[in-house]
Amino acid sequence: MSLLDVTNLSLSIHRAHILRDVTFSVAAGEIVAVTGESGSGKSLTAMAVMRLLPDLARLSGSVHLDGAELTDRTEPQMCAIRGRDIGMVFQEPMTALNPVKSIGDQVAETILIHKAMPRDKALERAREVLDRVGLPEDRFPLSRFPHELSGGQRQRVVIAMAIALRPKLLIADEPTTALDVTTQAQILDLLKSLVADYGMGLLMITHDLAVVADMADRIVVMRHGEVVETGATKQLLADMKHPYTRMLFEASGHTVTLPDAPAETPLLQVQNVVRDYRLPRTRLLAPPEHFRAVDNVSFTLNRGERLGLVGESGCGKSTLTRAILGLEQVQGGQILLDGKPVFSGHHADRAVRRKMQVVFQDPFGSFNPRHRVDRLVTEPFHLLDDPPRGQARRDAIAEALTAVGLKPDDARKYIHEFSGGQRQRIAIARALIIRPDLILFDEAVSALDVSVRAQILDLLADLCRSYDLTWLFISHDLSVVRTITDRVLVMKSGEIVEQGETESVFTNPQHPYTKSLIAAAPVLPDLGQLKRSLDHA
Amino acid sequence: MLRYALKRLLSLILSLAVASLVIFFVIEVAPGDPASFMLGINAQPDTVAALRAELGLDVSKTQRYLNWVGGMLTGDFGTSYTYRTSITEMIGQRLWVSLPLALYALTLSTLIAFPAGIYAAARRGKPGDMAVMGATQLGIAVPNFWFAMMLVLIFAINLRWFGAGGFVGWDKGLWAGLHSLTLPAISLALPQGAILARVMRSSLLDILGEDFMRTARAKGLSRRQALWRHGVRNALIPVLTIMGLQFSFLLAGAIIIEQVFFLPGLGRLVFQAISSRDLIVVESVVMLLVFAVILVNFLVDLAYAAVDPRLRART
Repeated sequence: MSLLDVTNLSLSIHRAHILRDVTFSVAAGEIVAVTGESGSGKSLTAMAVMRLLPDLARLSGSVHLDGAELTDRTEPQMCAIRGRDIGMVFQEPMTALNPVKSIGDQVAETILIHKAMPRDKALERAREVLDRVGLPEDRFPLSRFPHELSGGQRQRVVIAMAIALRPKLLIADEPTTALDVTTQAQILDLLKSLVADYGMGLLMITHDLAVVADMADRIVVMRHGEVVETGATKQLLADMKHPYTRMLFEASGHTVTLPDAPAETPLLQVQNVVRDYRLPRTRLLAPPEHFRAVDNVSFTLNRGERLGLVGESGCGKSTLTRAILGLEQVQGGQILLDGKPVFSGHHADRAVRRKMQVVFQDPFGSFNPRHRVDRLVTEPFHLLDDPPRGQARRDAIAEALTAVGLKPDDARKYIHEFSGGQRQRIAIARALIIRPDLILFDEAVSALDVSVRAQILDLLADLCRSYDLTWLFISHDLSVVRTITDRVLVMKSGEIVEQGETESVFTNPQHPYTKSLIAAAPVLPDLGQLKRSLDHA
Repeated sequence: MLRYALKRLLSLILSLAVASLVIFFVIEVAPGDPASFMLGINAQPDTVAALRAELGLDVSKTQRYLNWVGGMLTGDFGTSYTYRTSITEMIGQRLWVSLPLALYALTLSTLIAFPAGIYAAARRGKPGDMAVMGATQLGIAVPNFWFAMMLVLIFAINLRWFGAGGFVGWDKGLWAGLHSLTLPAISLALPQGAILARVMRSSLLDILGEDFMRTARAKGLSRRQALWRHGVRNALIPVLTIMGLQFSFLLAGAIIIEQVFFLPGLGRLVFQAISSRDLIVVESVVMLLVFAVILVNFLVDLAYAAVDPRLRART
């Protein structure tokens, strides 16, 4: 008998079938990963086990924890099980903690609701648990508040709350998706060691196959609320039976071929750029201190070249992007596009600014929901002195939409009628419509499912051939940068620590920081090698 | 926390200084000499001059500003042009009605709003929520003087539990004073409480959708426990803002209710002073109200910091 047995679990909300006959099990000390794309029902499977579902949800099938049926428990009985027998860790550490309570109180709360003990005893226990998850007392006293911690540290606090009572089962829903690669590696190590120490079962929900391959003993692949394939990690990967599993795997490691970059003529020149932010005064009359977000950065982007920019959150990537776009004034150095400064006086030069466009990460937040697509994609026209009107405007819209694989008719629709991947296509159409010399992609594929991401990467490679694009591709996702760029910059604490041909930087990194980044990034296993090792066994 | 409080205090003092300058000079540039206004058009020039000297109008504007501010700091607001009595005394008497009334009304509105707002948020979309929302809709839509008249009709005329108007004074004892302010306070509190309940409800609903509420439930807290332990305090910030605004309004904006209940409050004083061109009274009351508003904002700022540790850190 396993620790957790989920049998024929079905869930419907408002007559919509969310889960159909989901069956899998988790043994004590075992790590089981549930994977699939958004909408596959993987998160709701976890919530169904916890019975934290919307009011209108109807659940059938059975969930056994340690031999006891959970689906017929009353809500108060479930409250006694949550936190004590099943702990849960969530995706977004920045918002998973109550901002007005100290971390000590929040960890001790898990203990106090399940165990009758004095508060100081519970706080003592909270201290031990925080020590265990790598938050030592000298730097992380119980009185700390969440806003004083980084994302990785907050996730450790959430883990501490989840394991404070040593539950039999830990559910982790995309626990590292919002974290940097190096932090991700540390958190995954922590989870693994907790499973080994406490003999817990770990049910991990993740969309990242590379993480799955590295972590899990067994994999459950889900699509549209159904389990399509399940098995031991190595066997399943070596012999993927379901076409969806194969598609997921291929899309995760999707590579594209870019046309050769033309001869070197500089397009964007960033010379000794410095960007300082004023910090709030610490003393009334003392001069304000500064935080240097971008420190003496120089590089050249040649026409037709695809340049990548990688680094962890807070390294200055976004600040540099805004400076290049002329959205912020720099304190030192200059940024030239086609030989002309982006910034003249105290604002961006329109004539220079119209030569570049940007595509942002969030396909949901970067459009005005009240405008139709034709108005959205023609927004860059305000940069032109004589924007096309009438038929010329309609032709430009139709051409841009067709170029990104949409139909000219889509121009009359509103943005909510499109999926995430289609929205990102519209964002690209918006960037293309004035035929810019340079496009900045700021984490442009990070929010997309792997299959959609693969399609967008293909689209970019195609556009590269038909439009002679030059781009700066900013991302924390090393595997994407590796395939979509010719050259790469590695940024750390506001400085460029390494730059070079993408392939040579990845195969032979020079700077210790680049090495640690690449080492921390989870990679998909080599299937050939996997098969051979299984055959030997 | 102390730094935060000191910083807020400094900004309070600066705001007061700026406000006093603006009030003084705006009212001073208004045409018309109070002395000749008081004595009428047939007054002798030397009588006017004598009165000007008596009122302290014969010195430079700067000097008069300094005298005015200095007077206020020592509790001397000057003499009313119309009544020839000390403004400090006039305001003092009125304040002893308006301030307790405002506090009384605010307390009542909080007592109505918090339970109603929390109850409605916890039962979103259910009959209980709809009932609260319907009632608050009425409370906002119906003017407070209508409530006042209904209350008088029911509790003063029919049931004879309360007097129909007037204020007995605090020398009759705390209980008697509060008793005579009860109907006005209720009529002021009903619309304010309805607004506050809606703010509480929507603020709490926002918080209920936050990730940390889900974390709290995953720990094993029931819906109710999660709401009280993690929801309410986080929902307080917008509620405190509205409460601050409401208190400032209640202090001087109660003029219609004062009129309905024949209460000698600040609202009526200002109204009378404006009608009789008693500029120095207007000036003083306005300054006092500005002071009250700024002080309330200061207290609200401190309350924010008490509720939210992130503000304490951001000095």
